[in-house]
Amino acid sequence: MSSIGTGYDLSVTTFSPDGRVFQIEYAAKAVDNSGTVVAIKCKDGIVMGVEKLIASKMLLPGSNRRIHSVHRHSGMAVAGLAADGRQIVTRAKSEATNYEKFVSRHLSCKVPLVSVDAAEAGDTEMVYGEAIPVKELAERVASYVHLCTLYWWLRPFGCGVIVGGYDRDGPQLYMIEPSGISYRYFGAAIGKGRQAAKTEIEKLKLSEMTCRQGVIEVAKIIYGVHDEAKDKAFELEMSWVCDESNRQHQKVPENLLEEAKAAAKAALEEMDAD
Amino acid sequence: MMNLADSAPATNNMLGSEADSQRTLYPYVTGTSVIGIKYKDGLLFAADMGGSYGSTLRYKSVERLKSVGKHSVIGASGEISDFQEIMRYLDELILFDNMWDDGNSLGPKEVHNYLTRVMYNRRNKFNPLWNSLVLGGIKNGKKYLGTVSMIGVHYEDDHVATGFGNHLARPILRDEWHENLTYEEGVKLLEKCMRVLLYRDRSAVNKLQIAKITEEGFTVSEPYSLKTSWDFNAFKNPTLDAEGSW
Repeated sequence: MSSIGTGYDLSVTTFSPDGRVFQIEYAAKAVDNSGTVVAIKCKDGIVMGVEKLIASKMLLPGSNRRIHSVHRHSGMAVAGLAADGRQIVTRAKSEATNYEKFVSRHLSCKVPLVSVDAAEAGDTEMVYGEAIPVKELAERVASYVHLCTLYWWLRPFGCGVIVGGYDRDGPQLYMIEPSGISYRYFGAAIGKGRQAAKTEIEKLKLSEMTCRQGVIEVAKIIYGVHDEAKDKAFELEMSWVCDESNRQHQKVPENLLEEAKAAAKAALEEMDAD
Repeated sequence: MMNLADSAPATNNMLGSEADSQRTLYPYVTGTSVIGIKYKDGLLFAADMGGSYGSTLRYKSVERLKSVGKHSVIGASGEISDFQEIMRYLDELILFDNMWDDGNSLGPKEVHNYLTRVMYNRRNKFNPLWNSLVLGGIKNGKKYLGTVSMIGVHYEDDHVATGFGNHLARPILRDEWHENLTYEEGVKLLEKCMRVLLYRDRSAVNKLQIAKITEEGFTVSEPYSLKTSWDFNAFKNPTLDAEGSW
């Protein structure tokens, strides 16, 4: 549904006559051109996988991380402009740590306090003292991304982000687009192969799947949607946060990752054989 | 990112009365000595579980030995609330270190250095964290043991102690510590020191924990008590020869 927005697409603070903000749509195009990112919510956690297209043989495997931990219990997979992604991750980390330390000052302090640091205020304080709920984190990141679509002197982020975390409401998955929209998902995909990936995800019975099985499935999907003709080499990066990982966000363990890759390659050969 | 900006405000009367409510003047709930030693497989630490409120032995289940990341152990004496604050700083430090996920992790030497900087900078702003800390650990086979005081004095050694431990425990350790202590020998040595402290330190309580860190990881014992003996002749009829006493 792309159309040229001549005249109405120069600034993110301009609407087109049919109510679109073209700059945001163009930002989304940057995301669409990046390697596929797939994430699913299994019954005991979240699994995220990224198709890292290798730009040069000189790149060290394992570098250019696309999945980042935001706190102990959650992580973020980034698609689109990598530098923009890093900014968002930094902001998310900062939100997460500040939430835990958050102090709100009781408003009845009489002495004008010079120190802004409420920890020294000595007045009644409430500290959240728990890890930021995933919903709250996603909302804050979405807010921040949206912020950059409101001013003409800022450009929208050219990246989409999938936030996966495990808090006391269980495992949750959110996707945030350059427009600042954030929804909660059972399964999400962004990037080049997202259409095909979404079709594959819909075939899965996620509510009955454990993360161990989920890792294999995500690997299969990513290998499946990878376009051999257009992009030669890619590296698979995967992470999970589940009961098995003690609700900590971490890279999928080496042996499980290898198992997943092997299963994915085998599945591909089976398909080719048909 | 890390909030080290808690300090006395930059008012003209920096040491004046209004500013006083914003900086630490004296400690309230305090822990007493901590002892740390290197042994064959790693490091051992001992600390009792007392939190004194002045001369009252008010809290008797205060954990003063905590692990820091994968490789280190911290033991604190002094103001307990400041120790809790230090733990918050360290937790954030370790969290960020973990999030890098680059195969490297902060070792005891690095954590010791970080703590030294924190303590010294707070001292410079006349708002110290009122603690003496023992920090030790083992990483890639290398053992490290150090201490930092509330004014930022820091050093490393094969055995360290805080507070009364410096006066009562370290002489024992100087005589009896050697490099190849086994775990059992190390614990016995620590218990010997803790027993002396129990007899002679007014703020010691008879409930202690021993913490161990090796390449395998951190363990801390369940709290237990030492046997004491008060059956000395000198304690019987202590006022026998005292004029005017009964």
